[in-house]
Amino acid sequence: MDHLSWGLYPRPTGQSYLDLSSRFNPLPISKTTLLPRGLGRSYGDSCLNSNGLLAGTKELNHFISFNQQTGLLTCEAGTSFCEILRFIVPKKWFLPVTPGTKFITVGGAIANDVHGKNHHTSGNFSRHVTQFELLRSNGERFICSRSQNSDLFHSTVGGLGLTGLITWAQFQCKPIDSAWIDQEQIQFHSIGEFIDLSRRSEEEFEYCVSWVDCQNPKGNIRGILIRGQHSPAIESSNNLICHSDSRLKNIPTFMPEILLNKYSMRLFNEVYFRKNLSPKKSAKIHYEPFFYPLDSVQNWNRIYGKRGFLQYQFVIPFSSDNGEALKKIFAKIAKSQMGSFLAVLKIFGSLPSEGLLSFPRKGVTLALDFPNYGAQLLKLLEDCDQIVKSVGGSVYPAKDARMSSESFKVFYPQLKKFEEFVDPKFCSDFWRRVR
Amino acid sequence: MNNVLIIGATSKIAKEIARALIKHEEVNFILWGRDSKKLEIIKQDLSARGAEKIEIICHDLNDLNVHKYKVEEIWSQWTKIDLVVLAHGTLGDPKKAEVDQSEMLDLIQSNFISHASLLTYISPKLINQKSGSIVVLSSVAGDRGKQSNYVYGSAKAAMTVFTDGLRNRVNGSGVHVLNVKLGPIDTPMTRDHKKSFLFGKPTPVAKQIIKAVQNKKDIVYLPYFWRYIMWVVCSIPEKIFKKMKL
Repeated sequence: MDHLSWGLYPRPTGQSYLDLSSRFNPLPISKTTLLPRGLGRSYGDSCLNSNGLLAGTKELNHFISFNQQTGLLTCEAGTSFCEILRFIVPKKWFLPVTPGTKFITVGGAIANDVHGKNHHTSGNFSRHVTQFELLRSNGERFICSRSQNSDLFHSTVGGLGLTGLITWAQFQCKPIDSAWIDQEQIQFHSIGEFIDLSRRSEEEFEYCVSWVDCQNPKGNIRGILIRGQHSPAIESSNNLICHSDSRLKNIPTFMPEILLNKYSMRLFNEVYFRKNLSPKKSAKIHYEPFFYPLDSVQNWNRIYGKRGFLQYQFVIPFSSDNGEALKKIFAKIAKSQMGSFLAVLKIFGSLPSEGLLSFPRKGVTLALDFPNYGAQLLKLLEDCDQIVKSVGGSVYPAKDARMSSESFKVFYPQLKKFEEFVDPKFCSDFWRRVR
Repeated sequence: MNNVLIIGATSKIAKEIARALIKHEEVNFILWGRDSKKLEIIKQDLSARGAEKIEIICHDLNDLNVHKYKVEEIWSQWTKIDLVVLAHGTLGDPKKAEVDQSEMLDLIQSNFISHASLLTYISPKLINQKSGSIVVLSSVAGDRGKQSNYVYGSAKAAMTVFTDGLRNRVNGSGVHVLNVKLGPIDTPMTRDHKKSFLFGKPTPVAKQIIKAVQNKKDIVYLPYFWRYIMWVVCSIPEKIFKKMKL
């Protein structure tokens, strides 16, 4: 089986794969370079290692300890968020931070320093990590925390798996009274409205994210802000029910590429927006559809066909120009008519990132999918990079398949320091490309 | 099922059975396996998940000489065991087993003789306590011999006849014997096999095994559709079957 990235682009060549069988074992002996591989949900090439070995962590999925009173969980690095939720939710605990899929591992969450809908209140995932063990290719093991081997801690957080293998990690879960979320959805019709609404929502709501339609050829922005918080306990036996195993839908094979064009995407956005015709809607929904709407469709990445897709996520500190750069990028994407239906807009809070290569920083972040249109798309994204660069923003490596080495160096000024901690035997296609 | 003895406890399916059991009720485990570090990892995992008491027995299951003594020791300490799972086994090297006597004997030992030996000592204990379930993880490969893995298959076939007989013998004593005929499952055991839609997933399979124990089933095929596949495979006349490449 080929181990591709979630975006199915680019394709690796000459890559081999080996499941690690125990956290106590040394790293596999290999003449080639190594790269830890969790569940392969990184979109671009940061989880690929052409002509090298992927060291799979999915069998390293054991819990080590859990303190039911304090919510401190220690587990192996290959444990998935899906498995953790199944275990902690009935015990009235929740993940401190979660991205939009639960099919990621703890090791991957640290290596990409992932963020979620609660960035404005809770920061990145690693903020809640107290310590982890790092296994280097020379066989050395380091316990890394903010006080112990702190250099390795700050380089491994967001370090894209290049500093060694995380074997286990410990993090603080967060208490909940219910598995349900009180959610509100509110329409907005301009960037100004979005910013006002976000600011107000973030004061009251723990979770806040927006879906935005950037298909409108006139460059007008409209969207729906979704905000929510953990519900108080409800009078029902389902109060602490965790997500179910069943995946309702599956995309069994690659969709024909012709089905996904600017008209079908515009139609989707229109329908999605109209579904929420009333300006404001409230509901109590389970955490699964709130945090993980796409997890219910297995292999959703196949809807873009065999060519795959690219995701582009950037952050810009918008206070400097009052959202002008953001508007410029929106206009560019709308004009190109290449953008697709999954555009997500969110304001990052001011809690600092701790990794040398962590992506989140204070500002506004936009993530969008593009079917892989080839050269014309690469040109568009390169142009966007230039705008992001001009206002001191950054682009997310976990989702990247194309940014230039020059841009990467500007986006991540601590790169030089990071390089000191890269394990000499570890590499990825991403790293070969941008270093 | 308060006291559970898992033999071959580091196997993926055994581990999933143990994890799933904890969700149902309070459970104590006796984990028997060969790899002490792996046993320790599983002990921590089950303990973090809320298992009550966990004991580890680290000894090679192919060392038949210790079976009697170990079983005595377990029962003297625990008095009553509610569920015994025999999950050990190996696919070995089927090609080598065709021509190499020691590989062939190894395969039969670790897939049948070791089980039969253990059950010889375990079954009187359960009959004596007038309760308990024995679960043997067998394979659809034991339903009909085929060129690709007939040594492994014949050990599993022997296992089936052995458990059939044992079930017959203990009938009415309160002891329950379940033979689980597994199709290929996506576990480290089948790491090098090309995966297809016919492969089962360990977690749901483990849950179905627990359900089969609760419902006191005699023989189950998992995933369920292997019952029908094997029905077809077994109904092919030998004249034709012998010419097939399976």
